[in-house]
Amino acid sequence: MDLLTRVHAQNLVDWARDKPEVVVLSADLTSSTEIDLFRDTYPKRFFSMGMAEQNMMSFAGGLAREGFFPFVHTFAVFMYRRALDQISMSIAYPNLPVRMFGFLPGITTPGGVTHQAIDDIAVLRAIPNMTLLECGDATDVESVLDVAQAVNGPVYVRMLRGEIPRLFDAGEPLRLNQARVLSTGSDITLLSTGICTEEAMRATSVLQSRGVSIQHLHVSTLKPFSDPTVLEALAQPRYGVITMENHSIIGGLGTAVAELMAEHGIARKLVRIGLKDTYAHGASRDYLMHEYGLDALALVRQVETLLNTSLKIDEGDLAAVRLIAVHSSAKAEAL
Amino acid sequence: MLSPTQSQTTSWQDTATQVAQAIRRRVLEHVILNNGGYLSQACSAAETLATLYTRIMHLDVSQAPLIPGPFAGVPGPNNPHAFSGAAYNGRPDPALDRFIFSPAHYVLVLYTTLIEVGRLAPEALREFNKDGSTVEMIGAEHSPGMEVTSGSLAQALSQAAGIAMARKLRGETGKVWVYMSDGEFQSGQTWETIAAITFHKLDNIGIYVDVNQQQCDGSMASVLNIEPLDERIRGFGAHVVKVDGHDVEALAAPAEAWPEGKPLVVLAYTNPWQGIDLLRSRAPKLHYVRFSGAEERQRYADFLTTLQ
Repeated sequence: MDLLTRVHAQNLVDWARDKPEVVVLSADLTSSTEIDLFRDTYPKRFFSMGMAEQNMMSFAGGLAREGFFPFVHTFAVFMYRRALDQISMSIAYPNLPVRMFGFLPGITTPGGVTHQAIDDIAVLRAIPNMTLLECGDATDVESVLDVAQAVNGPVYVRMLRGEIPRLFDAGEPLRLNQARVLSTGSDITLLSTGICTEEAMRATSVLQSRGVSIQHLHVSTLKPFSDPTVLEALAQPRYGVITMENHSIIGGLGTAVAELMAEHGIARKLVRIGLKDTYAHGASRDYLMHEYGLDALALVRQVETLLNTSLKIDEGDLAAVRLIAVHSSAKAEAL
Repeated sequence: MLSPTQSQTTSWQDTATQVAQAIRRRVLEHVILNNGGYLSQACSAAETLATLYTRIMHLDVSQAPLIPGPFAGVPGPNNPHAFSGAAYNGRPDPALDRFIFSPAHYVLVLYTTLIEVGRLAPEALREFNKDGSTVEMIGAEHSPGMEVTSGSLAQALSQAAGIAMARKLRGETGKVWVYMSDGEFQSGQTWETIAAITFHKLDNIGIYVDVNQQQCDGSMASVLNIEPLDERIRGFGAHVVKVDGHDVEALAAPAEAWPEGKPLVVLAYTNPWQGIDLLRSRAPKLHYVRFSGAEERQRYADFLTTLQ
């Protein structure tokens, strides 16, 4: 598996080269959201808005009304928590093409509770006219710009930065409302989003080697949520459905799946892996994934519960969890 | 309503003053008919809105029907029919101005202004606050004269700033005029925006503030003081002018003496019972008038008959 560095930084610059109507807004997190290269390359299309997210979101709405495409960058928490009313009234109600890039989703930050966006999907899924995307690897990050830009309306992207794995073929771009089928199987249907997909892939290979047949889908579009492939996969498994997300189990992927299953009368057990209605705290990503049960081992244990059997898999059987130092050179700063 | 001949034979000052008086009278008439409404806002805002529409702003003729159509649905990817109330301010044009109306609860005063300058028919007020109508009590971007949804106060200025930035990027010469209420200066977002428009040197945005010093709970000085407002805003780097908000010449003057490189803020100090002295006894509860009974309503009706 390749690890890539600062994928968004160069990708955005290349992608926006022939798109003069694309402008970038920053709330004092320019290198932290990998838009420093954009700022240096296209200074006239870069607007420093300071630590003032409410104004930034409404301001973006004003720019979008005039035919520009504001690409707003900040940490996810500061966008939807600090400026939710502004997102709703200045952007979503008028259905304006503002592209919101929320960095450090869930527990991907050691910044602790203030920096961890654990309920952004839950909150923004309830906002009419919104499209929600989440990146799980470098290919998603590279291709999400085209997908977002093709949407007639506001788009929120759970974005990744720093060192990112390439899990999916670079020639297979993210597609709106279309899950990636990573494996097929009939015992368990597993749907994962974001960084949980990498974790899940570690477990699924071991699980399959123990005879568990898993249909694994990587979901990158959380709204709309009407992919026929997903619906078909939900109705298939012998033992049940598992969702896995770097987010609260309330309101995110697990809830979207539950709604879809209920609406279509799909009577299967559903297990939601995610933050179990709890805040987290400041620590490394791997520690938090383990501590809060979001990792490969947590998935194995849930599969065992659904199958009502012990598969005798322990941590050692799972591929070594990718370790990133908190102060990796790939990051502009600790936060 | 202004007749075409009237505007040719009278001075702009007389026209603006007459429009202001007509706004006050029609809002009073409407409030009596509806047994309540945002009356004091007409008292404070009449001259400013009249001067903006008859003297300061360069707008195209209205592109919208004199009687507004029914609500055409919320904006969305599947609704190409969503209507913008900005059509009442004419086509957007690089050389023309734009108008962003912030205090959405003042919208009855805006509707009335549009009537008095011939952009809306008097009958449009029959639609006010009726189910299925766009002539809503708290306006939104589909309501006549409104371009952005501003009822969650302090968001309009930011949106106007985005529009002003976009117009600068395109090299347009038209200005963006914003009408605000002073209460919005209690909100942090307003100060975020003042910081942004001065930092980014948006000298194409002109802001008129109705400093009536009143808010829902009472006088602003008693709820949460914002004075000295001029010094505070000037401290951020804007060009700030304090004027008598009932003097049309004083209101119009700053728009013609606007230094380059700075946004313009005109603080229009107003009297919340200007022209309707009866309201004074209600102070400091002036935000929304609901008559205490038939007797009070009759007093206002009697007063209305004394107005031309």
